[in-house]
Amino acid sequence: MPGRQLIMNFEVTPTSHTLEAYRARGGYETLRKALGMEPAAITKEVTASGLLGHGGAAFPVGRKWGVMKPNPGEIHYLCANADEGEPGTFKDRWVLEHAPHLLVESMLITSYALGVRHAFVYIRGEFDLPFRRIQGAIDEAYAAGLLGAKLFGTEFLLDIVVYRGAGSYVCGEASGLITSIEGRKPYPRNRPPRLTVRGLFQKPTVINNVESLANITGIIRMGAEEFKKVGTPKSPGTQLVSISGHIAKPGVYEVEYGYPWAKFLDEDCGGMLGGAKLKCVVPGGISTKVLTRAEIEPLNLSHESVNPAGSGLGSGGMIAVAEGTCMVRFLQVLLRFYHHESCGQCTPCREGMGWMHRIIDRIVDGKGVPEDIDRLYAISHANDGTTICGMGDAAGYATVGILNKYRDEFEYFIQNKRSKFDGRLECPA
Amino acid sequence: MRHLIPEFEKMKERYPEGFESSLVLPCLRRIQEDRGFVADEDIAGLVEYLGVPRIQVEEVLSYYTMLRRAPIGRFHLQACRNIACSMRGAERTIDKLSRKLGIRPGETTPDGRFTLSVVECLGSCGTAPVVMVNEAYHENMSDEKLDRLIEELK
Repeated sequence: MPGRQLIMNFEVTPTSHTLEAYRARGGYETLRKALGMEPAAITKEVTASGLLGHGGAAFPVGRKWGVMKPNPGEIHYLCANADEGEPGTFKDRWVLEHAPHLLVESMLITSYALGVRHAFVYIRGEFDLPFRRIQGAIDEAYAAGLLGAKLFGTEFLLDIVVYRGAGSYVCGEASGLITSIEGRKPYPRNRPPRLTVRGLFQKPTVINNVESLANITGIIRMGAEEFKKVGTPKSPGTQLVSISGHIAKPGVYEVEYGYPWAKFLDEDCGGMLGGAKLKCVVPGGISTKVLTRAEIEPLNLSHESVNPAGSGLGSGGMIAVAEGTCMVRFLQVLLRFYHHESCGQCTPCREGMGWMHRIIDRIVDGKGVPEDIDRLYAISHANDGTTICGMGDAAGYATVGILNKYRDEFEYFIQNKRSKFDGRLECPA
Repeated sequence: MRHLIPEFEKMKERYPEGFESSLVLPCLRRIQEDRGFVADEDIAGLVEYLGVPRIQVEEVLSYYTMLRRAPIGRFHLQACRNIACSMRGAERTIDKLSRKLGIRPGETTPDGRFTLSVVECLGSCGTAPVVMVNEAYHENMSDEKLDRLIEELK
């Protein structure tokens, strides 16, 4: 087991997601404790815990919350971001399927802290079992008087709506998510104003990733000091890592920050499929830059270790790539995805994604020209920081990350009109 | 869609006041679940019921990939071809499905039984390759599992 566990700390059984099982594990007792605290004291505790957002940007949760001041009569909203769509990422799904009540309890505590009366779970449209599990948990909570009713003799009550998307990557971006809940085409919005100032229907709104919220109950239960004893000083707690690709044991693992990366892959995940050799790793969703085997060797899984290496832990969506995989075809798949998902609002992304996609298709068709490589760089740079949301930048990071390290494969493909590795994406072993 | 209005009213209860506009997407999803697609009369009915501009409903409909304006086959097979699935053989899975059903992605079999689509990441990368059959995920799709699935649905 890669370190201590805070979320995946119970045995998964066919009934472990139910209210009864959750209560038997001490569920909803922290809520009672929280409601005995001052709302501001909860935010203070979360800030003190140093909890970093798990959606990809690692923004401090406490700092986001700190903007919202609960005042009577003022409307605030909370959204749990369950629009898990970053390729390689499937860890929020684990929380929704196996610990839905942990999310509900955490949302209750968060709402109390932030003066929220209505909260939303925005879940991606394709998720079926995760939707039924979280909706089931919410229905159970309503029936038990935990939602929709005043709690424990206080004036606090909360309604939670599960809002289902309908197939769009951009909805995972916080402002796109909000526009989607407003019932419109999910175009992201310019900041400022920040969403915690003007969010859903222009009211202050906190949007937190499912895993970030799932940590709240634990932080309030054990206190910030205890929480900080897990992980490293700069990356407190744990991260849910979903690993896929050419790895022997794919799945979701809860990793304590600071755990050695190579050991995680070689021992916890059983090494590479069929004994293949590791070529590179996508650390946290395809929008983070790939790192080679040699680069990850000295690193551990924490922000302060991975960020200086020129990448990031992102959303925890790790993909292991074996030696013998064609990185040109690899990038082709990524660029096809970004092109498909560009919402079309900003010109650099709308045009740039299509352009990059056409270039990579041309290279794979054997019709590439040597200038294509520099053109991919140029478009990536042109996207960087020129679009409303981060998608244009993300596509650029992914592209530059692969080009920097595997330029020779692109040159080989263009020169010889064929892949150096037979166009292979599947594991060669 | 008119027969669904009592359901929509019930759904509305949990929303804050003034959130009629938010109901566009859930109502469209429910209409599609009911009819299989969203028809012209549904759009008109929804505009009237929610009091939102028609352009808003049309924009939402045309933006989201899961919403459709025309009927499809009884079984909608959606095969993921994003990176994690491709690394586990999704391209072969899609070819095989295409051959077995005699249709290309985006097409429906003449008997109206199957529609084949190719989609981007379904968030099931650890159990790749994955094929969705209507709402259900079918994971770790090996050749044998694929054969069995099509036989069962035929």
